[in-house]
Parts: sequence; C-alpha cells; structure tokens
Amino acid sequence: MKYLLLIHQGDTPTPRSPEDWARLSEEEQNAVYADYQAINQTPGVSSGLQLGEPETATTVRVEDGRTLTTDGPFVAIKEALGGYLVFEADDLDAAIELAARIPAARLGGAVEVRPVVEW
Amino acid sequence: MLATLIGFFGDFELAEEAAQEAFATAAERWPRDGTPDNPRAWLVTTARNRAIDRIRRDRTLAAKTRLLELPEAMEDPVDETTIPDERLELVFTCCHPALALDAQVALTLRTLGGLSTEDIARAFLVPEPTMAKRLVRAKHKIRAAGIPFRVPPAHLMPDRLAAVLAVVYLIFNEGYGGRGELAAEAIRLGRALAELMPDEPEVHGLLALMLLNDARREARFAGDDVVLLRDQDRSLWDADQIEEGRAGVERAMALGGRGPYVLQAAVASLHAQDPQDWPQLAALYGELARLTGSPVVELNRAVAIAEAGDVESALALVERLELDTYHYLHAARAELLRRLDRIDDARAAYDRALELVHSDPERRLLERRRAELGG
Repeated sequence: MKYLLLIHQGDTPTPRSPEDWARLSEEEQNAVYADYQAINQTPGVSSGLQLGEPETATTVRVEDGRTLTTDGPFVAIKEALGGYLVFEADDLDAAIELAARIPAARLGGAVEVRPVVEW
Repeated sequence: MLATLIGFFGDFELAEEAAQEAFATAAERWPRDGTPDNPRAWLVTTARNRAIDRIRRDRTLAAKTRLLELPEAMEDPVDETTIPDERLELVFTCCHPALALDAQVALTLRTLGGLSTEDIARAFLVPEPTMAKRLVRAKHKIRAAGIPFRVPPAHLMPDRLAAVLAVVYLIFNEGYGGRGELAAEAIRLGRALAELMPDEPEVHGLLALMLLNDARREARFAGDDVVLLRDQDRSLWDADQIEEGRAGVERAMALGGRGPYVLQAAVASLHAQDPQDWPQLAALYGELARLTGSPVVELNRAVAIAEAGDVESALALVERLELDTYHYLHAARAELLRRLDRIDDARAAYDRALELVHSDPERRLLERRRAELGG
C-alpha cells in the first residue's frame, strides 16, 4: 500500500531558524541529519520534497470568478506542512514505524500518515 | 466463524455479508437436504465461495487488493481442524491505536462480543444511528488505511496488549456501575483472552480483577445506599467468582506478573479477605503507586497505612497529595482527623468533600458520617 507521510514541523527546531536550531545539542543536530539520510535510503521510500517555510506560502481561493489570495498557508502557521515523502509499505504499522523515525515527530511536530488512493 | 472470514478477506463488511448469505442459504437448504456432517465447515466454505464470486464481479476491488491471490472456489468443504481461530487477530485489529478509543470499544463489542448495534448504542447512551456510523467509519478506516489483520509482532506487543486490556477494562467499568450486562460481556472477553494468551500475566491479572470486583456487586448497595466494604454482607458475594479471581492472581504471579492489573487484582483479592492484611495491602499499593505514579493509588496506600495502625503517617501522606478536587481525598482526610480526635477539622473536611461529591448515594454516606461527628 502506498502512503503519503506529511511532515508538520510545528515547534521543531530547524536549521532555518538558527536561534532555535542552536538550542539543540550537536549530538541532536547530527541525529536529525542522520535520521533523514537513513529514512531516504529506506526501501520503499520515494524522496519527497522539502517545502519552503509556511511563511512563504500563498493561499488561493476563487469567489464569483475572482481570484483571491491570502498571505500564508491554509491552516495556522504552526500547523502547516513542512515537507512530505511517499512510502510503499505492507501495512499501516510499517508506515507508522517509519513516521516515528522522522525527527519532527519527536521534536515538537507531527507526521500525518495518509493512504494514497490508487486506481 | 466471522473472525475466520475476516482473516481470509481482510474486509469486515465483505465477511459479514458473506456470513449472512451463508446462513440464509443454510436455512433454506438444510431442512430440505439435511444438515451436513460438518455444519461449520459447510458454512465457512459457502461463505467463502459467495464472497469470491462477488469479488470476481467487482473488477476494481479485485485489481487493487490482495484478494487477487484468491484460490479457486472450493468444491470440497474445508476440514474443521484447518479452520483457524482468528479471534486474537480480530481483537488486536479492533483495538489498533489508529482507531479512536470509542471506535475500538464499539468494534470489539460488535465483532467479538456479537452485540447488536442497538445494544451497544444503548449501553453507551448514544443514538443508534450514531453508533452505526461509528462502526461503519471504523471498518472503513481499517480497510482504507491498511490496518493489518494480525497478532502484533513482539516489539509492538506490549503497547498493543495494553490497548486491548484497556478496552476490555473500559467495557467492564461502563457496566460496573449497574449496567450488569456489559460487565458480564467484559468478563467473557477477558476469559477468551486468557484462553488465547495463557502465558500473559497481565491478561490473567485483568480477568482476576474484574471477577473479584464483580463478585461483590450484590453487596455494594443496600437499597439506594452505598455499603462500605467492611460493612458488606459477605453472603451476597459470589464465592465462585472470588475463587476464580484468586486463582487468576496466583496464576499471573506464578508467571512473574507484577504489572498494574496483576497488582490491582492482588489488592482486590486481599480486600476480599477477613481480616484484611493491611500491611501487605500498603506494600502492594506502594508498588502500584511507583508503577503508575497515581496520586489516587497513594491515597489508597495512606488509608491502608492508617488501618495498619499509623494514622499520623497516613495523614501526613494525604496532606502531601495534589488531589484537591477529588472528594475521596477530603473524605479520607476527614476520617483520619476524626481518629486523631480533631473533630472540628474533620467536620471541615467533610464539608469540602460534600462540595465535590457527585453521586447521591455517596452524598448521603458523607452526610451520615459528618452527622456522626456530633456537634
């Protein structure tokens, strides 16, 4: 079964905000890089994309034929998507185990595991 | 039989429909043709064949699931001994953490307990359509999200078993207050689990705990009034359940169990003795408190320490607990103060408890105790 793992950084310290990132020990920082590397090399994982920060998002709606844009993501900035990857797994348990290895899950964010509909 | 079919197809709805059709066919054919030698095998085979036919007609489903690997429809009935008992797989699937707790409870009662949707709805005080929707969504989630139909592997077992036991205990507690049918259902489930997982101490612990609590059900109330354990009419206790519960505690401890259900069951077992071994109870509560970090357990430990003779230490312990909105705390404190002859303080503690109590029988009990202080 194919799953999409949606990574929400939430409060996770990332290199993008150097002040927050510096709060992690060097060991923890290295662990983050190592974990992502290992995950990307896991059989069944197709590398996803890393998205621009939620602050860089633009949300589009169309009302009465007019295109309306708002600055920022669809949801609250804290809840917005940071990145994703695609995982071909035997079952949900396998997808959950992989999701649990993503740094965001243990550092203040969360990973949503969604089955992909295939026709 | 349902468990076997669900295991075979990995699909609750398909299994249920196929089972129903098989029963309908049997009701039609058996009076005419005679009952087969092996009715269960006949039913399973018939259900499987019906479902296989339906799947073949539904191209989309067949193309995209593991059902592609289906064998040809079987002509000869399956040997009874080869039909696996997949109740364990079923209970772990129903209690998978990816399902919401209320869905886990409903699904377990429906598929393992065989309760009707209406009965489950009534037991949990929700409208029947709401419960029906809950069940449909849960089954859909299992299929759509790929929740596996299996007994979890060893590394996932501790958490998953804890989840199953929590669901069964929740069912027991919902029925414990008076809706006796659910308590009986929980005990039935507990017995099935003990049979299917005989080497798991916490499984025996939970069953023992439920039996020991249920055994005292008839003695707990006198009319509308709560009867404390020490005042209960022991002739109203179910002696068989107590014996079975005690045996369960021994079994669990022989397997090396010192987990929360085993400890709670050991406590319940000691409470059912007369006179009660308060020092031993205090020790067990201590172990349980260290395991769970629960201040309520610490409160119980304090009470045991008081009963064992050391009222001052008990009071000191109680006053360290952060349970200000818990009426039992204030009631216990009141009793300890009374024993230390601090009557005014005891009265104030009962007043605080009365502010917080929420059930009428318990309110009346507290009012009685307060009145007994005099003044």
